[in-house]
Amino acid sequence: MAITNEHIKQRLIEKFSDQVSGFEEPYGMLTFEAPKEINLKVLNYLYDDEELKFRFMTDLTAVHYPNQTGRELAVVYHLHNLADNVRIRFKVFTDISQPDVYTTTGLFSAANWMERETYDFFGVNFVGHPNLKRVLNVEEMDYFPLRKEFPLEDQTRIDKDDEMFGRG
Amino acid sequence: MSEHHIKLPEGSIEKTTTTLNLGPTHPATHGVFQNILELDGERIVSTEQTVGYIHRAFEKLAERRPLYQITTLTDRLNYCSSPINNMGWHLTCEKLLGVKTPKRVDYLRVLVMELARISDHLICNSIVGVDAGAYTGFLYVMQYRELIYEIYEEICGARLTTNMGRIGGFERNFSNTAFEKIEKFLREYPKVLKEFENLFERNRIFVDRTQGTGAISADRALNYGFTGPNLRAAGVDYDVRVHTPYSSYEDFQFNIPVGTTGDNYDRWLVRNQEMWQSLSIVEQAYQKIQEFKGAEAEVYHADAPEYYLPPKSDVYTKMEALIYHFKIVMGETEIPAGEVYQAVEGGNGELGFYLINDGGRTPYRLHFRRPCFIYYQAYEELTKGSMISDAIITMSSLNLIAGELDA
Repeated sequence: MAITNEHIKQRLIEKFSDQVSGFEEPYGMLTFEAPKEINLKVLNYLYDDEELKFRFMTDLTAVHYPNQTGRELAVVYHLHNLADNVRIRFKVFTDISQPDVYTTTGLFSAANWMERETYDFFGVNFVGHPNLKRVLNVEEMDYFPLRKEFPLEDQTRIDKDDEMFGRG
Repeated sequence: MSEHHIKLPEGSIEKTTTTLNLGPTHPATHGVFQNILELDGERIVSTEQTVGYIHRAFEKLAERRPLYQITTLTDRLNYCSSPINNMGWHLTCEKLLGVKTPKRVDYLRVLVMELARISDHLICNSIVGVDAGAYTGFLYVMQYRELIYEIYEEICGARLTTNMGRIGGFERNFSNTAFEKIEKFLREYPKVLKEFENLFERNRIFVDRTQGTGAISADRALNYGFTGPNLRAAGVDYDVRVHTPYSSYEDFQFNIPVGTTGDNYDRWLVRNQEMWQSLSIVEQAYQKIQEFKGAEAEVYHADAPEYYLPPKSDVYTKMEALIYHFKIVMGETEIPAGEVYQAVEGGNGELGFYLINDGGRTPYRLHFRRPCFIYYQAYEELTKGSMISDAIITMSSLNLIAGELDA
């Protein structure tokens, strides 16, 4: 029998009590967050548990929320339990001035480049990563382009009003 | 073992390794990416991949584009099967917007997606042949990939970067010519595929070149995040079409071919079998579409006037249609805030779209889960200790598409 989102939630709360929070189910996918210090504990628990078995890392990326002071960067993990075919989404938030998050390369080889990509675009410093350098951008680059402070269009242009074109 | 004990004659060169740059533009890489190989003779000691030569910052670009303008970006991911990417993106939007598509639209999409899968696998498998020294198969099947491209052309007007479909369906119904071309394809293609298969499947030279090279175990493949044919070749029957059916895939009968060893030969076999399965799905979809009669046979899009562009004839003659056309194109229609992950089975595996919308007209964040990018990191493990000529075949049998790799 497939495990339900509610059950996963209960198991997580049992194990980590109030450290796991923000449970949501947008479009059916269980989403939750935990402090960045215990990201490995949570992922290890999800991986090793004989019932949960989240042993496939589908995706790893980050999102920048410049307005959330102290938790500007969200690192988002998409995990998949292939045996029961359940997906979950797990987030950790970090301060942008000290974006240190433990690497998951020890658990998933797939995380290697995905973390490099996340570092490349958001500057998340994955502590313990074996080869944390830029992967898609040039090595000389000294900024992290997917952060929101880098707008796409030339800001000196006055003929294009942001309110009319794209995000204001 | 014995090298240390051999006394080299005075003045002879010490044993060293050679560094070889394979790529960025080498005919055998079939795309722009570099491999720095460290070689001991012809054996590979280590490799280092450099990617990003055609990085176009799609994720950043997408943050300034309304939903429809992102379809063109998805074309350029895996350009061997762009319709799958297009449909994947539209499915993501539909999930976010809550648009429900009619059955006929689903079947039309399945038909196109499976044609795209055939063309994708056809390229990959014939390129594996080319890298093993068999050019004939490649040239022969290109003629039949053309049949698929002609079908695309009839449906959407484009061939390679198709930009096909709309949120909720297609821009127009399939014409009779399109159906005739699909019939022609179904009639002619099995014979060609069989012949292509015969050229390789039990060909002594090909089997010797591919069997046992570039192998990966199921455990390692899963750990590396492999999906698609490459994972199935290692023996894991994971297929998004079956595990998380989208676009009414649950209405179709098909098998998931799996391999055992995960080597180049198994990858070739799995792709080959998948083409047969896809062919059967195309046929089933075609039959199902033929069953719609009368008004039902005219359905080619969902009833979603806020997101589906009105027909051009109305745009030119009716005020409301013109207004809606502009509203949709400029992204003025309401888009709910939300967080969506939608995956489709692309040519190379699970192609995922992670879309966050904050209620604005453009995505707040869009991330593509690109199967190519994820499994290419295993290349070093796959090729360590193998001959350089095997590494070339491994590269092509993984089906690395630079567009998808770099995004």
